[in-house]
This record gives sequence, structure tokens and C-alpha cells, in this order.
Amino acid sequence: MPPLNHPPARADIAALKARALNLRRLMLNMAAGKGEGYIAQGLGMADCLAALYFHELRYDSANPDWPDRDRFVLSTGHYSIAMYAALAEAGYFPKDELPSYGLNGSRLPMSTFDDTPGVEMVGGSLGHGLGQAVGMSMTLKMDGRDARVFCEFSDGELQEGSTWEAAMGAATFNCDNLVALIDCNGIQADGPVTVRIEPVADKFTAFGWETVEVNGNDIEALIAALEGARERNGRPKCIVMRTTPGFSIPTIMARERAHFVRIANDEWDALKQELETANG
Amino acid sequence: MAEAVQGGRTRGMGEIVDVEGKVTELAPFGNTLAELGRERPEIVGLTADMGRYSDILPFRDAHPTRFFNVGMAEQDLIMIAAGMAKAGKIAYCTTYSVFITRRAYDFVAIACAHSMANVKIFAGMPGLVNGYGATHQATEDLNMMRGIADLTIIDPCDATEFKQVVRAVADIPGTVYVRNMRGKVPVELPDTYRFVPGKAQVLHERPGARVGVIATGYMSARAVDAARAAERSGHGAGVLHVGTIKPFDTAGVVEFASRFDRLVVAENHKTTGGLTSLVVEALYDAGIVKPLIKIGLADSFFECGSQEYLEGKYEVDLPRFLRAIVEGR
Repeated sequence: MPPLNHPPARADIAALKARALNLRRLMLNMAAGKGEGYIAQGLGMADCLAALYFHELRYDSANPDWPDRDRFVLSTGHYSIAMYAALAEAGYFPKDELPSYGLNGSRLPMSTFDDTPGVEMVGGSLGHGLGQAVGMSMTLKMDGRDARVFCEFSDGELQEGSTWEAAMGAATFNCDNLVALIDCNGIQADGPVTVRIEPVADKFTAFGWETVEVNGNDIEALIAALEGARERNGRPKCIVMRTTPGFSIPTIMARERAHFVRIANDEWDALKQELETANG
Repeated sequence: MAEAVQGGRTRGMGEIVDVEGKVTELAPFGNTLAELGRERPEIVGLTADMGRYSDILPFRDAHPTRFFNVGMAEQDLIMIAAGMAKAGKIAYCTTYSVFITRRAYDFVAIACAHSMANVKIFAGMPGLVNGYGATHQATEDLNMMRGIADLTIIDPCDATEFKQVVRAVADIPGTVYVRNMRGKVPVELPDTYRFVPGKAQVLHERPGARVGVIATGYMSARAVDAARAAERSGHGAGVLHVGTIKPFDTAGVVEFASRFDRLVVAENHKTTGGLTSLVVEALYDAGIVKPLIKIGLADSFFECGSQEYLEGKYEVDLPRFLRAIVEGR
């Protein structure tokens, strides 16, 4: 059985940075040749996923349904490319399955299905994640389990009213085993986030959450925030992550419209080289 | 306004009307769920501020640590129920049908049904059973919900069946949508009746009858009343109760329909998209074409008013059944 995450191991930041780089490499390999995809968001989330899967979460990838596992709920189902990279890196399925991402008949569809090992919910329809995470959190507490629930959702999803219903519920039901990770990358399908949603952190604080704000591409800051969110003090925890779409690859970071990136077949090698250079 | 002057009133919060001469049972949902909760510790109860009006309070009182009121937040109700189900619970949730179907549809479809989550939705005030007008009348819920794959849909007839349904859904895999019956619920079926998920059941037979009535919900009991009344004038009818709308008992309906010259289909719902549409589809596929009278609601929004007033006005009452059975129109 995997170790409990209390007390936590000391974070090996260099190792986590190497994991994040590897996740980005895996994502580029999954996307390469397919011409388009949600690669920008995936690259932006790589540091968070590295921190979660290789430091914070308790799971057994050989036993995805282990009842005492920590749950990671990816609400933005179209970030599946990042999720699959993390799951493969964590051993849920072989890495040689990753190139099937988005292909007909693959169990790694463009938007997450919950029959993929390690995926907790059907993604794609936005505003679904936090409420289900609250239900999981309440159940784990009711059953006296030590496990926790981590829920990623995006700044764009704050436009869905269901997210706020769930945010109120989490505080009402004292979900102190719940950690929200809000990916504030500033983009949505039509371009920049369109409805005024700031100040995100203040809103969650006002709703009864314990809130911190970090650079979501700074692993040390993420680790500190995750460790700070371990306390069981009756309040749900919220980590507002400021991330950069396409982080680590300047060409993608420079795109104005990064929600669904189209990349020509002959550009992929150059992007891979950019990634290595940036992490050299 | 003439009807208003003649009496009758808008009743509160889905109160089921006492029917003269009918035996009723109070709060069969909550009382049965409270009992079942003692046997099944994995059952939790949830409501979106409609605990009192959905009869779930006996469960709350018996199992206070397993009951949650999420407030006026139907999307959250369904999301939390789905999350609880995915963490091992059987989540019984309640609010009014209109708020489940029209407001939380995406969450029922994706968070629940798509994942075969053990969420059992007891949807209050289905059809014309209320006095609040279109905001509270779920007259298209069967139509909406049958559009969702991997969802079981049940429209019980009376308290006898409903109590069995409350228990049975715990063992039906995945998400179930039940039209809730609150308050004083009439006891119509004999205590030998046994609900079988997915099976339509003949409630009334009359040798030599030429008319077959296919009904769901409490319209099935009304059809039995009508059939018995018609017999006093020498007319007979058989009555088939379709308690499970989905999966639909195509074989049972086709077999029943094949035995009669004329058919009547009755539901507390619009005649589009619900039982009537299902029956017509099944008969057409089986090559059965017979005269068929539809008793149900038009594609419209409906007034506020007393139950008796509305049922008379929109012609889903006993005289309408008798006209269909006896006069064939």
C-alpha cells in the first residue's frame, strides 16, 4: 500500500522539475503530427501535475479504484493531454499508449472519459468538477477516510454558475480535505477570458475558503501551497494558480489565441528543441 | 373566471389530493427510505431545499449524519450526489421534477448517467399534480429524461408500488429517475402486487373486452377505475400499467396491444415524447396499426388551479377515460 502523505516527504524540487519537463515532452509527442490540440493549457499545467502526482497525491496506479486513494478531479476535460501524460508517467498505463491520444478507438480521447484508468470523471462539459469533488470530499469525511480530494478547474469555468454553487457547498460542508486548484491562464475559447472574474482569490476567501495565490509554473511555490493546504481546520483550500499557456515553449507562449493551437507538421521538431533549450 | 367562483383552490407544494373513497398512505417515500437506510448504511439522502416537500424528512430524522440539504442549487445537488456515488454511496436526491429536468439536465446526463453513478433521483410534482403553473409543472420530464442514455425512468402508480420502487432502485445499477409521490398517496393496487423493473403489468382484465388501456403513473389507477365503471354499462377494458418508462417493455406492450381492437394511452404528461410516443413507436415497429386515443396533455403551458379543476379543464379526468373506453372518442 502506498505511504500516507502525512507526514509528507521532503519535496525534491529538482526531481519534480525533471518530472514536469518529462510531462511536457510526453505531451509534445502526443500532439505531434496531429496538427492541433489543447497543448497550450497542458504545458501550462505540467508543473502542477508534477507537484501533485510525484509529491502530493496518494495513489496506487496498479489499483486505480483503491478506496483510500486521493482523488484528482480534472474538471477541464479538454486538458486530457496533460492528464494522460501524468497518468502514464505515474504508471497507470504504458507510455507507448500515449500516441493514440485523440485517435479513433483510443482509450485516451481528446476529452476525458472516466473509463480511462486514473480518470475520476467524464470531462468536457464545464462546471462539473468542483461539485463532484465536494461530493467525494463529503463522502470520504463521512466514512472517516484519510484520503483527500484535489480538483482542478479553470478561470473560464468561473463563468459557470454551477462552480459557485459548489464553492458555497464546499464551505458549508466544511470540506477541509478538499483542495481546489484554479488554473488561471487567462484564456477561453474565443480568446482572453471575457467576463470579469477577478479578484478570484478574494471571492473564494469571501466564500469561506482558505486561499493562496501562486505562480502556477513555479514548482517550489506550488509545493509550498500544497503543503500549506494540508491542515484539517474545517475549511476547504483554494490555490489560485497563475499559469502561462504554453509555458516553456516560447513560440506557443507568444500565441495570442492559445485555447486550441494549430501547429503545422513541420513545426513540431522546432518546438521540441525550444522545450529542451528552455530547460537546458 | 367562472370556475374560480364555483370553488376549488390552488393547493400548496404538490399536495396530493384526498380522493373520496380512496385509502391513502402518508409519506411512503420518506418512511420507506428511513427503513431502507437502516438496512443499507451506504444510502445517503440529499435535497435542494425541498426536503419537507419531497417527504424525505423521515430519512433525515432517522439518519441525520447521512442527510444533506445543499440549498437552492440543483446543479450542485446532482454534482454532489454523483461525487458521493463515485465514492461508494447510493445517493437518493430530491427536489421538484422541473428543477431536476430543466435546470440540472446536463449534470444528470454527464455527471450521473454517463458514469452509471448510483444516483436515485426522486423528482417531485410530476405532470399536472400541482397548482403552481408552468414553473412547477413537469409536463415534459419523461420526454426529456428518455433522451438520456443509461438512465432508468419509473412512473409509479400508487403507494403500494411506490414503496417497492423506493427499495428496488437501490439495486438497479446506475442512475434512476423516479416520479415522486408525496403526501397522502392513494393505495390502489392489491398488496400482492410486485413491481418488477422494466416490466409492464396488467392491472385489470375483462374477458371479451375490446379496449386496451396502456397507462403510466397514477393514470393507470384511474384507468382501472374507468374500466370498472364502464363495466357497469356493459363495456369492458383491459389495463396495462407501464411503471418503467425506460427501459421500455416493448414486448409486453406489443403483446397487450395485439389482444384488443382499440387502444387508449394515458399519461400525466404531454402526449408528445412520453408514454404515448413510446407506445406508438413500439406498435409501428411491430406492424400493429389500430385506433388509438391519446389521454394526456397538449403541447402547451398550463394554468394554476386545484387538481380537480386542472384535470377537468385539460381532460385527463375520469369522464375523459369513460368517453374513450365507452364511446371510442
